[in-house]
Amino acid sequence: MEKSRITTTTNSMTILTVLNKDNFKIEKEQDVVPFRNRVKEHAVKIGMGLVNQTKLITAASELVRNMLRYANGGEILIEVVSKIRENGIRLTFTDRGPGIENVERAMTDGFSTGKSLGLGLPGAKRLSSEFTINSVVGKGTIVTIIKWKNG
Amino acid sequence: MKIEISKMLQKKKKQILDLWMKNQLKDANLREDLMSNDELRIQSEELVDALLKKLTDENLADIESADFENVYEILSGISITRARQGFSPRETGTFVFSLKDALFETLQQELKSDPVALYDATMKVNKLIDSFGIVTFETFIKGREEVILRQTDEITEISTPVIRVWDGILALPIIGTLDSARTQVVMESLLQEIVNTSSSIAILDISGVPAVDSLVAQHLIKTVSATRLMGAECIISGIRPEIAQTVVHLGIDLSNVITKSSLSSALKHAFSVLQLEVRKKQKENYSLKNM
Ligand SMILES: Nc1ncnc2c1ncn2[C@@H]1O[C@H](COP(=O)(O)OP(=O)(O)O)[C@@H](O)[C@H]1O
Ligand SMILES: [Mg+2]
Repeated sequence: MEKSRITTTTNSMTILTVLNKDNFKIEKEQDVVPFRNRVKEHAVKIGMGLVNQTKLITAASELVRNMLRYANGGEILIEVVSKIRENGIRLTFTDRGPGIENVERAMTDGFSTGKSLGLGLPGAKRLSSEFTINSVVGKGTIVTIIKWKNG
Repeated sequence: MKIEISKMLQKKKKQILDLWMKNQLKDANLREDLMSNDELRIQSEELVDALLKKLTDENLADIESADFENVYEILSGISITRARQGFSPRETGTFVFSLKDALFETLQQELKSDPVALYDATMKVNKLIDSFGIVTFETFIKGREEVILRQTDEITEISTPVIRVWDGILALPIIGTLDSARTQVVMESLLQEIVNTSSSIAILDISGVPAVDSLVAQHLIKTVSATRLMGAECIISGIRPEIAQTVVHLGIDLSNVITKSSLSSALKHAFSVLQLEVRKKQKENYSLKNM
């Protein structure tokens, strides 16, 4: 794992420092559990409590399953990030799938084109501290979430 | 006069086998714990027999010749058995490649005076045995894959035991991730046991499930509905505090499902539904009876 310090700004305009980066490829259903375990390892390492760990892993599980189901897989960047007083985990899910036509509708509880519960995207947003989604039809989808250690 | 290599090798069959056995037996990594030397000899002899019987000077240069079908079959059989017995790929490979040394040694003795013929024969034998080696590896891996598949089946089976905890009450502890395939197995074995035991209450214990996302929740809800259709009630137990909080944030509605924090509280609930009472024996009664 490389140690780099890249500084970016989030929507709240606070300075973010990246302490650690890790890439994970998702191609098949069997990749889901190892991926979740990897996220958990990072969360444990920064001392995240059990409740927040579980929320992060569950949100990650939703997003990774969407990536598999609707976009045939993709890549996730796992980062340990830090702002003024707190550390957290940032996950960036990138896929080259069909994209989402109406993001607002996809973010509504119960909306699903896949006959499932339609709670993945809105649920992941509620479970995370920060959530951004960018989707371009025909190009793909990028979802970024941050879970702060105590957030 | 052109020497017929195949005829020459056939004549030297006993020597080839002896040399090959010698090579194998002097190998420090010989697995006598997995296979006795007698067995090894029988196996080796079978292969040498099959090979020399079909060998001609034409097919010696043609590894794909149909004449070798039987040889490939025997080889596949040997490497599959070896994979199951726990031989390593190196040990299995050494078995085949040490035959090459025995053949080379024989060729060298016989063709000492004709370097050109020796070179030619050596190249051909080399190619042939390499091809045997590849077949060995292919089937060896196939053998291992079969072992893995069998274990996967076994794990799926043992990881979904339906326990008859009481007359009319079934419990099903789920350990690990619930994916679609696994849910199918869980649901089938649960429904089957409900029929077999005419139980009216099933407890699904999820204390061993690391995370409940919307897919797992959907699977659980489906299992509960199916149980109800069979006329039984389904309780979900083992919901840890962090799971409860996460499920609420996800927005999953479990209000139509009876949920309990532990297996014992689920059991208590089941007893009360079945109007059963479990009590501690009164001390006096107990001692009176035993006097
Ligand atoms: N990575 C993605 N690529 C394309 N479409 C997606 C992706 N993720 C989600 N969607 C769309 O958004 C909808 C809502 O997703 P979600 O809230 O997870 O519910 P569900 O997966 O149960 O349908 C999906 O049905 C799908 O149409
Ligand atoms: Mg989803």
